[in-house]
Amino acid sequence: MLEAEDVSVSLGGTQILSGVDFSAACGSVVGLVGPNGAGKTTVLRTLRATLSPDSGTVRVAGEPIDDLSSKEVSRRVASTPQATTLSFDFTVEQTVEMGRTPHLGRFERADEDDDDAVRAAMERADVAQFADRTVTSLSGGERQRVLLARALAQETPVLLLDEPTANLDVNHAVRTLELVTDLVAEGKTAVAAIHDLNLAARYCDELVVLSDGEVRAAGDPREVLTSETLGDAFDAETLVTRQPGTDAPLVTPLPDRAPIDRTVHVVGTGTQAAAAVARLVAAGSSVTVGVVPAGDAAAERARELDCPVVTVPPFAGVDSNARARATELAREADAVVVAGDVGDANQSVVAAASRLVAVAGEGVPRVESERTTVTTVESLPAAVADCSPPPRDADDPVPRSQEQQDRY
Amino acid sequence: MHPSGRTLSWSLALTALLGVVVTVSAGIGPVWIPPDAVAKVLLNAVVLPTAVDLSGATPAVTTQPLFRFPVEDIQRQIVLQVRLPRILLGAVVGFSLAAAGTIMQGIFRNPMADPSIIGVSSGAAVGAVGFIVAPVALPFGLGLRAAAFSGALLAAFGVYLIATQNGRTPVATLLLAGVAVQTFLGAVVSFLLLQSGESIRRALFWLMGHLKGAAWSEVWTSLLLVAVPFVVLLVYARDLNVMLLGEEDAQSLGIDVERTKRILLAFSSLVTAAGVAVAGIIGFVGLIVPHVMRLVVGPDHRVLLPTAALAGSSFLVATDTLARSGSAEVPVGIVTAALGAPFFLYLLRQREVHEL
Repeated sequence: MLEAEDVSVSLGGTQILSGVDFSAACGSVVGLVGPNGAGKTTVLRTLRATLSPDSGTVRVAGEPIDDLSSKEVSRRVASTPQATTLSFDFTVEQTVEMGRTPHLGRFERADEDDDDAVRAAMERADVAQFADRTVTSLSGGERQRVLLARALAQETPVLLLDEPTANLDVNHAVRTLELVTDLVAEGKTAVAAIHDLNLAARYCDELVVLSDGEVRAAGDPREVLTSETLGDAFDAETLVTRQPGTDAPLVTPLPDRAPIDRTVHVVGTGTQAAAAVARLVAAGSSVTVGVVPAGDAAAERARELDCPVVTVPPFAGVDSNARARATELAREADAVVVAGDVGDANQSVVAAASRLVAVAGEGVPRVESERTTVTTVESLPAAVADCSPPPRDADDPVPRSQEQQDRY
Repeated sequence: MHPSGRTLSWSLALTALLGVVVTVSAGIGPVWIPPDAVAKVLLNAVVLPTAVDLSGATPAVTTQPLFRFPVEDIQRQIVLQVRLPRILLGAVVGFSLAAAGTIMQGIFRNPMADPSIIGVSSGAAVGAVGFIVAPVALPFGLGLRAAAFSGALLAAFGVYLIATQNGRTPVATLLLAGVAVQTFLGAVVSFLLLQSGESIRRALFWLMGHLKGAAWSEVWTSLLLVAVPFVVLLVYARDLNVMLLGEEDAQSLGIDVERTKRILLAFSSLVTAAGVAVAGIIGFVGLIVPHVMRLVVGPDHRVLLPTAALAGSSFLVATDTLARSGSAEVPVGIVTAALGAPFFLYLLRQREVHEL
């Protein structure tokens, strides 16, 4: 019914959307989710031809929207804006009547059918009781329902909703979305930008996750709403379970990425070991390093980040003193990370580890053992967090590690 | 009630009011003529065409008066030849300013907008003062009025061109461009006034706005120049309602926003220019009358536009009567502001305006 094909939009020289591709089948609700500034509103503006894309096409019922006049578009696509400038004291009824504009010729007057459409739209959006009040006298949520009524009065096959529930109380939020579901069951197609991920998960047949103007994932809410996708799109830690009573995903945001406060000993040299050190320190772990030759990238990075490091002079071989200190650090650490070239001299250090995490890459010894996890530099903190439960405060209510989440 | 019903009843009531105001006004002056005598004179002037003679070079129409009330000839002369042209010109000018003000406030969604917001009045002022200071022989025997009229349209068109980019005219840009151009043209007028020497009095009198010395020919010309564009504006009144929702909403409701804006701007500028060219700069009518009528009839332009225009007529006729009935004539622009502002403040206190 509604398709966006490789749509790119830039506004004032800034690329807002790049290669957005999705479609809304007839009789379905498609939810646009994503962080602020992801481009959800821009997608909706493009879908109703307010913006014309730099490249790509939007089609309504197979017809490219650019080929239609604004009147023709407005007979096919109705939209409720996020906010509207309802200046001047129009009554609710007058405002909803404006939804009939696309159906009236220049010299044509509203007839019986138009009045019926207006009345029905007001009933459905639950604003009929305000019909004679001025829009400026209504609350934000009531105004939003008036805008929905106006869109319904347009009697279009496609409905675009920009944050239809943003100002609504919980009752009206659910009622609005139930109404959208009913309308869709009657054959309309709806695309809605929804902030509330759980409402989106429950009422949308399909979700499109946008971030930085690109589609990150699209499809069934159960497949799309995963911690990984959400972490990627929103840069936030979330816990995804199931909503009680339905099998729609339930997304619980967690506080900012919890620090992985472990002690980690890093063994290895070169840029990969250096990257591992930086990543772990950024994630909040206390890191020790060694044994490494002085002047190696890992030693340098450790020094910059104020991490204790056991070094030996370059090309001098590892003396027993240094090896003993490093082995001691490895034993005390919650986990030992091997990254880059470890070298034979460090085997005893590695052997002292209770848990071992290996960064996949060249030069990493193949340590085949139960206590070894292989991972990438990027997901090191998670792997480290996994391998030993942190000493948690008894009253800390938030489960942090994946392992604990699974138990919930 | 359906808007067309409300439009009709309000328009009839305001037309009746205008009739009363005109009748009373035509009796006021150095010679007092009672309203009933004025009414008889006016009714006697209503003629019906009875025959059209097409044999001559120009078609000649034979007319027949509808009524034959007995009236004194001197009273007939005073009313029809001296007072009525001025009164009717005032009615047309008031009509044009109030109509254009209503449209501009709608386009700009801004209560401070008035007919001259895109530089129409300043342009007219440059044209008129320029002509007064340095009269040039204009072709086709055009004079002061034509200079003012073309100055007005040139300024409006200039502002529009400045504010338009890639076929889009954002109202904010239009507003600022209008302010800048008005300031610039104001400087030009000041400079011209410095150079005006003997004619400064005439120039100032024009700038303050007056209806003195109106002739029937001016009444008919300005009536035509106002009526035609006004009909176009009426046709677009519903679109203007939708435009009040904001341009993006209007576009999603199928309004071709840029085209509608262009048409509204062009025709309201034309209406304003026609008014300003004959009467000079009369402030306040175009700002206050639409506000007052919006408080009375609501924001629906299908009702508001005709009622505001008719109310503007009555208002200007009434204030001009005051302006000319003192011992020395005052420019009507002074009277409109002096009376209009307190009246508006009174209304503002009665019905608080929370949002516009």
